[in-house]
Amino acid sequence: MSKLQESSLYQLTAVRFLLILREPEAIFWIFIFPILLAAGLGIAFRNRPADVLQVGATTVQLTQALSIDKGLAATTMDEASGTRALATESILLLAIQRPDGVDYKFDDTNPDARTARLLVDRAIQTAAGRHEVVSVKNDLVHETGSRYIDFVVPGLLGMNLMGSAMWSLTFAIVEARQKKLLKRMVASPMPRWQYLASFLLSRQVMLVIEVAIFLGFARLVFGVPFRGSLWQLGLLCVLTSLAFSALGVLVASRARTMEAASGLMNLVMLPMWILSGIFFSASRFPAVIQPVVRALPLTAAIDAMRGNMLQGINLGQMAPQVGLLLAWCVLPFAVSLRIFRWR
Amino acid sequence: MTDRQNASAPTPDANGSASSLSLRGVRKTYADVVAVESLDLDVARGECFGLLGPNGAGKTTTMEICEGLTSPDAGTVELLGFNWHTNASELRQRIGVQLQETQFPDKLTVEETLRLFRSFFRHGVSVEESIQTAQLDEKRSSRIGGMSGGQKQRLAMACALVGDPELLFLDEPTTGLDPQARRHLWDLVDQLKQAGRTIILTTHYMEEAERLCDRVGIMDHGKIIALGTPQQLIASLGGEDIVEFAVTGHAMNEGTVNTAPLMNIPGIQSHRVDAGLHQLSVRELHHAVPRIFAALSEQGLHLSEFRTHSATLEDVFVGLTGRNLRDE
Repeated sequence: MSKLQESSLYQLTAVRFLLILREPEAIFWIFIFPILLAAGLGIAFRNRPADVLQVGATTVQLTQALSIDKGLAATTMDEASGTRALATESILLLAIQRPDGVDYKFDDTNPDARTARLLVDRAIQTAAGRHEVVSVKNDLVHETGSRYIDFVVPGLLGMNLMGSAMWSLTFAIVEARQKKLLKRMVASPMPRWQYLASFLLSRQVMLVIEVAIFLGFARLVFGVPFRGSLWQLGLLCVLTSLAFSALGVLVASRARTMEAASGLMNLVMLPMWILSGIFFSASRFPAVIQPVVRALPLTAAIDAMRGNMLQGINLGQMAPQVGLLLAWCVLPFAVSLRIFRWR
Repeated sequence: MTDRQNASAPTPDANGSASSLSLRGVRKTYADVVAVESLDLDVARGECFGLLGPNGAGKTTTMEICEGLTSPDAGTVELLGFNWHTNASELRQRIGVQLQETQFPDKLTVEETLRLFRSFFRHGVSVEESIQTAQLDEKRSSRIGGMSGGQKQRLAMACALVGDPELLFLDEPTTGLDPQARRHLWDLVDQLKQAGRTIILTTHYMEEAERLCDRVGIMDHGKIIALGTPQQLIASLGGEDIVEFAVTGHAMNEGTVNTAPLMNIPGIQSHRVDAGLHQLSVRELHHAVPRIFAALSEQGLHLSEFRTHSATLEDVFVGLTGRNLRDE
């Protein structure tokens, strides 16, 4: 065995890692759950191609005029069957040729029908020779990066880093305390800081796998963009995970039972679930509570990840977020070392 | 009882080596419960010392104070010439500890667990060697969750031994084990004794203390109430044998024994009654027993039970406290 493998920090970390891998439930929460969540959201908020609106017309000439517009699918039908089609919503609008012009029959409380009214009118007027007064040009935006799924993936990534770090660490520590394993560990010459640090380090090994799977899925299935540097994104993930691991150790530093620990953990995580902008922008909260929102580690993490992935901002420009995350790594860990209950 | 309390501490042996462990005036209270009260104790190098007593006697608290896991309210603790205030990390390297009720992670194997514990020590035996010592060869790749109580206890012992400790603490190493596993563990402790290690163990099995320990201290209510070799302690009862009997009387005498004639029999040292069972501590059993029979029949009593056994530490404890060890 090499010198490294004989070192206590290596052994502690390796043992932590083995214990996580041998826990099937943990594998589900860490690897499968985020993918399921992203897939679910991706399906719910997928961007549909612009709909083609079904309309009817009473003459072939009208139908031809309407067919020029790509947004309309026109069918020729008489007025009676057209009215029936309207009632069953198989068409949104019926254009009826009158001697003195064209009548539009539609339901003006239905937004799609109102859109159809605009398109149909434009097509008929243009066919009749109307010229636009102002020259306009459409510049269509179908860019990745501005969709909801692009927005929510960094949020989910942050949330998942928080959840998996807090749950796995807190429970492992409280369990070791209950089984008197902590007491046995400190009865040996093991350096105490190494025991706590091994939790943070083993998380980092899991992190590589966890983040790679999640982001790989988001990239392949939804085409979520990575505009910033990948190594900086990696660094952000490491920093985020360290911060939440340190917080997890702090939450677990006194609790004697799982119940106490999970209560504390929810107390710590709940504000972040709500305030940190996982599913919608955190800037929607009123200005009064913004200082609190901004001070939360998850807000900083998600902001920085969005900055990196969606806008390609480099870390130097996100110094406040990075600094805040660093502070959240150091402070809870230092406090834990002081107040940790080893027995 | 006073002379028992002051049973002499071992004098430094011929090599002049000092004691491995020395406690002076150690006291520990939890809330309003006195767990350990003004405890003095010396354990010599190479000695196997047993702390004996019922649950709640303060054995574990004493052990944890020695192991540096609990700090005493008063008194001094010295191990191998060091103390916990100034040389904690040095001491941790030199002692081996087995705690009561440690549960190692179920999903680790024997080998992984030992490798982890070995990594904490600068010097020690190889993982391989500790597996051999604890006779866990066949179990080296088994997960701890699937092992028997005896195997887990041997693993705990192996974890205490990987640092090749000069001083070994075993807190109730055989509690909860079946007789065979217990004997297996005794053999292991025997080996360690022969290798010249200083061992301090606690137990509430008197036969275990008699079998393993060079010297025992009997603890009750936070104090050591008797200290000496098992032979000395048993001798302190005054009789090497114990006679137990129960009687049924005739109508006039409802089985009450007049103890005065019994106590007059030469060789009978003491008498006590526990749940209708009379216990006599007896010297020269062969002379005493016929006279006991005679004395009882003179009172018109019939024996419903009669047996004798060699005195044990259990009898010492009963003699000192009037209680059985497992009365708690």
